[in-house]
Amino acid sequence: MELNIGLRNTKSAIFKGIIIFFAFLITVPLIVVLGYIIKQGLFQVNWHFLTSVPAPVGETGGGIINALVGSFIMVMVAAVVAIPVGMAAGIYLSENPRSKLAYYSGLCVDILQGVPSIVVGIVVYFWIVKPLGTFSALSGSAALAIMMLPIVIRSTEQTLKMLPDSLKEAALSLGVPYHRVILKVVVPCGFAGILSGIMLSIARVIGETAPLLFTAFGNPYLSTSLTKPMESLPHLIYTYATSPYDDWHNLAWGASFILLMFVLVLNIFTKVLTRKWKVQL
Amino acid sequence: MESTIVKAENYNSYFGDNHVVKDVNISINKNEVIAVMGPSGCGKTTFLRGINRMHELIPNATSKGKILLDGENVYDMNAIYVRSKIGMVFQRPNPFPNLSIYENVVAGYLLNGIKISKADKDVIVEKSLTSAALWKEVKDSLHKKGTFLSGGQQQRLCIARAIAMQPELILFDEPTSALDPISTSSVEALFHELKANYTLIIVTHNMQQAARVSDRTAFFYMGELVEFDDTKQMFTNPADQRTQNYITGRFS
Repeated sequence: MELNIGLRNTKSAIFKGIIIFFAFLITVPLIVVLGYIIKQGLFQVNWHFLTSVPAPVGETGGGIINALVGSFIMVMVAAVVAIPVGMAAGIYLSENPRSKLAYYSGLCVDILQGVPSIVVGIVVYFWIVKPLGTFSALSGSAALAIMMLPIVIRSTEQTLKMLPDSLKEAALSLGVPYHRVILKVVVPCGFAGILSGIMLSIARVIGETAPLLFTAFGNPYLSTSLTKPMESLPHLIYTYATSPYDDWHNLAWGASFILLMFVLVLNIFTKVLTRKWKVQL
Repeated sequence: MESTIVKAENYNSYFGDNHVVKDVNISINKNEVIAVMGPSGCGKTTFLRGINRMHELIPNATSKGKILLDGENVYDMNAIYVRSKIGMVFQRPNPFPNLSIYENVVAGYLLNGIKISKADKDVIVEKSLTSAALWKEVKDSLHKKGTFLSGGQQQRLCIARAIAMQPELILFDEPTSALDPISTSSVEALFHELKANYTLIIVTHNMQQAARVSDRTAFFYMGELVEFDDTKQMFTNPADQRTQNYITGRFS
């Protein structure tokens, strides 16, 4: 059989070249976006910017403290609700994969993951904002919690499913009751994976604007009350970037830079922590 | 005086409709080493897991009949209590990867939330690891993770973990099948020492191992207990033709 080795090697080399080129290409948009935001936003950030509320039109200066505090409070409240609920559901799904309930709740999780965030916002608007008669941080947190749930549930489930059954058997054979097997063995061994899911869900919702538009609404003043409207970073960016004033545009760039840095740091932090806490099986 | 510690009376196990262990009657004495052998799928492991009620943890798994531990039917007791009374060592070493060697040994106490003093724990750890012939090797690295040990050391750590709960009976489910020959011989040597204080039931598919370590051997075939006799007797002059066929290698 006649084989053209030279031609084959050339084909291989071309193919290899193509995939390397595209792997490189996908980093370009990220680097360009990052670079542009850093260029526009970095010089807006200073102590004054981080510690004062936005200035009214016509005044120079002003900062984003209201949005920083608002985003922090709303995401924390959402996390406090979504993490335990999501972990419990994730544990159930990994423990009883063949049950009917697991099938249907798994289906719900998938659908929930696909629900557009604006739809989540409008549902929360009719459930919480309308009955209470006011926009509130609480309703914003509720919307964010709903967005976080599927991510926490799926990451918990996937992590725990990868743990070998022998681990559970070891504990059960020592006479450890089921709930302690889960809480003292299964969850600690999967902790790194669960934690990374939690961090990613936070990184995901901290940039969500749509569900906050008609729930937390926004607030030009610093507010820490859960029952009053509250500003958030993405909402501040949305309002100020679409305004006609240059000062406000700069404020939006600065806020974008902060938001970006937060997500970046959270991602790196997650990578480092999960590597450090990963249990060697 | 020989006294019975475990007795099975018309014991049957099922996976759904699949009848895996058929009408087993067996009586095991204190401080005996019992080998349970037979070809793959003969129900030996399922029988073993019935003794400490691990069998029922598998979906669709059921059982019928009695297993008496010190005269009391384990199926009338609380499963969690039964499992804390009977130690178990598995096919693959499974130390808790999130715990240190020290914590692994006292895992039965830690995970059950049983409060014991640091001094008591120290005693239990040293005693159990010594009994498992592991103390000398790990006494300087007790606070390292158990998963850093070699396979054979991990398996002995799992034995120490079982011993620490002071069971009367320890079940071994093919404890050396995942180990290399050197680790295997270290675990086998251990069986002889453990015999003084514990009763051991060892499931094995390795006939030579059964012959080396056990006082009496039970031969399972197709879910039935075919023959149960002194190991020497069984390997030199089996009563049943099927046992004869198995030990002469006519099927495996």
